[in-house]
Amino acid sequence: MRCTFIIFRFDPSKDEKPRYQEYIVDAEPADKILDCMNRIRAEQDPTLAYRASCAHGICGSDAMVINGRIALACQKLVKDFKTANNFVLEPLPVFKVLKDLIVDLDPFFEKHRSIKPYLIAEGDPPELERLQDPEKQKQIEPALRCILCASCTAGCPISRVNDAYLGPAALLRAFRYVFDSRDEAFESRLSQLDAEDGIWGCKTMWWCTEVCPKGIPITQCLGRIKRALKQREGHGGREAQE
Amino acid sequence: MEHQYDVIIVGAGLAGLRAAIELGHEIRVAVLTKVFATRSHSGAAQGGIGAALGNEEEDSWEWHMFDTVKGSDYLGDQDAIEIMTQDAPRTLIELEHMGVPFNRTPDGKIAQRAFGGHTRAFGKAPIKRACYAADRTGRVILDTLWEKCLQLGIQFFHEFQLMDLIVDQGRCRGVIAYELATGAIHVFHSRAVLLATGGAGKIYKTTSNALASTGDGMAIAYRAGATLEDMEFVQFHPTGIYKMGILISEAARGEGGILRNRNGERFMERYAPTIKDLAPRDMVSRCILEEIRAGRGIEGKDYVHLDLTHLGEEVIEKKLMEITGFARTYVGVDARKEPIPVQPTCHYMMGGIAADADGHVILDEKGTVFSGLYAAGECACVSVHGANRLGCNSLLDILVFGRRSGKAIRKFLQTAAPPRNPSGLAAAHRKVIQGLFSKSGGTSYGPILDGLRAVMMDKVSVFRTETGLQEALEVIQRLQEEYGRISISDKGSVFNRELLDVLELGYMLDLAEVITVSALSRKESRGAHSREDFPARNDGAFLVHTLVRLDEGRRPQVFTKPVVITRFQPQERKY
Repeated sequence: MRCTFIIFRFDPSKDEKPRYQEYIVDAEPADKILDCMNRIRAEQDPTLAYRASCAHGICGSDAMVINGRIALACQKLVKDFKTANNFVLEPLPVFKVLKDLIVDLDPFFEKHRSIKPYLIAEGDPPELERLQDPEKQKQIEPALRCILCASCTAGCPISRVNDAYLGPAALLRAFRYVFDSRDEAFESRLSQLDAEDGIWGCKTMWWCTEVCPKGIPITQCLGRIKRALKQREGHGGREAQE
Repeated sequence: MEHQYDVIIVGAGLAGLRAAIELGHEIRVAVLTKVFATRSHSGAAQGGIGAALGNEEEDSWEWHMFDTVKGSDYLGDQDAIEIMTQDAPRTLIELEHMGVPFNRTPDGKIAQRAFGGHTRAFGKAPIKRACYAADRTGRVILDTLWEKCLQLGIQFFHEFQLMDLIVDQGRCRGVIAYELATGAIHVFHSRAVLLATGGAGKIYKTTSNALASTGDGMAIAYRAGATLEDMEFVQFHPTGIYKMGILISEAARGEGGILRNRNGERFMERYAPTIKDLAPRDMVSRCILEEIRAGRGIEGKDYVHLDLTHLGEEVIEKKLMEITGFARTYVGVDARKEPIPVQPTCHYMMGGIAADADGHVILDEKGTVFSGLYAAGECACVSVHGANRLGCNSLLDILVFGRRSGKAIRKFLQTAAPPRNPSGLAAAHRKVIQGLFSKSGGTSYGPILDGLRAVMMDKVSVFRTETGLQEALEVIQRLQEEYGRISISDKGSVFNRELLDVLELGYMLDLAEVITVSALSRKESRGAHSREDFPARNDGAFLVHTLVRLDEGRRPQVFTKPVVITRFQPQERKY
């Protein structure tokens, strides 16, 4: 089956401005978009640059814009698109393009780091595991599906206009620790998020949820952080976590 | 560019990260990875991590040890297996303390489930030993350890490709790496180097492995004089998605999933009457292929069905969400209502760089140490998995021995001399790359890679014969010659992925040769190495580890060393 791929190309060491290059690939309906890209590189143009590793939607390397929508190239099949076997591949928005479909994710991971993405618990842990109610564990379960692919942050309209905004991915990771019943930094975490470029940057536009390749209800998770802050304002204390 | 560190860790999967955490921030550590840390292939581990915690039912590390020894077809070194299984409960508690979000039992402990080859009371019945976080266990452990490293301020060099070890007077004194974003050559001087570079599944056409799993560390160590051990033992996981190789975790069978042939028969009952679908992977993969050979594949084709339809929504939702998502995305199958088409897929290298239980790289049967060089994780062979690894023992292996390597390196640093900083290394490696760039009109990497993957799949996978292996060796050697004439069309310096492809292909060709030479030398069937011309295990002649190193003419030289047997004498392996 003949497929046309129109791919964004830009090599800052050679090109003054980006261009689009067309490739024809013979593909099966069940081929992943990533398979087609690998074939372009192996058979036609080895200079095409993109990131990919696990090739089944776990490592989070290959988020990009496919026919105008953010998706993982390894998680979409040729037959998933009703575009008459024509495909346009572009790099993620929001981030600087380093080459072709590769973007600079350093700012993304810097924001991730800034929310203290690790368990904070004072004192010596018990001899065995900390006990955790399975129902409490369930509260953070959606966030555990996150693969840090940056789709949500790239898709967020606020992130596009405000560089300083933490963005949905970092806020989702914050949610994972705020509501982990083993974590003891509930208050200070909430205080850190209580900022215009923090949780209040989110205007509940749902674009993050829509593009998440792992189906995480990101907007809802972020909403829980907002509710906890509002409850704290009202009552103070830890009950907001319950 | 030149750098000075105490320790260089190559690879940011669980072995590398666990070692980095052990070394902490007071020692100058840098972690190099060819991808970004959280893209490491440890993250693809799904089902669980084994430990005799006894949270669900009575268990003991001796039972775990026995299962591992038997699973290895008695080729695993029992002293190392004892260390691993005894240290497993502590390892799990430590992970929980770091914050790993394991599923929980109703009383709040780490939840456990059944897994292939894990039994109670030395083989009596399946046991719940695999600790899990849904079916994304590797991913959440990877994230937790990486975030722990962020907390400790450990320095990462992302998208740095290992090119060579700096070896001076028999001692490893650092590494040479290529920075993908800029094309710069970096020289990292250090007092010790830990290789934690993972597996090499990409040598095979059908594999569950990531694009990055090309065996770089194993091949580079081998070229630098290290010895590779038991490379003939390549694990084929029974349940890869048909045609795609994407892994469907053994947890699917641990939770009650059943393999069926075209007649709907639960065929594993015939082959392993006691533990049925939870037999070890080498056996189940062979059984699937036997069924297919007998014409009992689905529609007579080369796959069988994995049936989860009786498990119920709750089990699937809480415990098997990722894999049912894979079935839906890639083959359009709703696993709650219809079976998943599966076939064996190349999954794991039991063999690797010969190493001891403290990560020291071992050169020969006398235990001579490669000073300054350490190896842990899938790239190492300790050997705890012998001829066949049990499911959920790999996460355990890489965490236990990653930590122990870190401790051993810490001790080594107390007496290790500072690096000597040999000069001219960067220039020499720039020349290598310029050499590759200067050639034109030669073969490109694509056809050589396709040829390699096809022949390895066809002749050096689950079933092997003398003739097939000889043919494979000839093809590999012909491809190696072609590789000498390879040329690169991308001469750029920014994210030159083609250069990486070419380097990786060279590593894979070397390893394919070692795998095949090792498989030829082992004229018996044991674990994952199944010789149709020698169908029986032969303890008299082959209860030994296969070792391969480069001889003076830089050809693979095969020799052996004995297996360490302490508690469990070899018996017939039946389930």
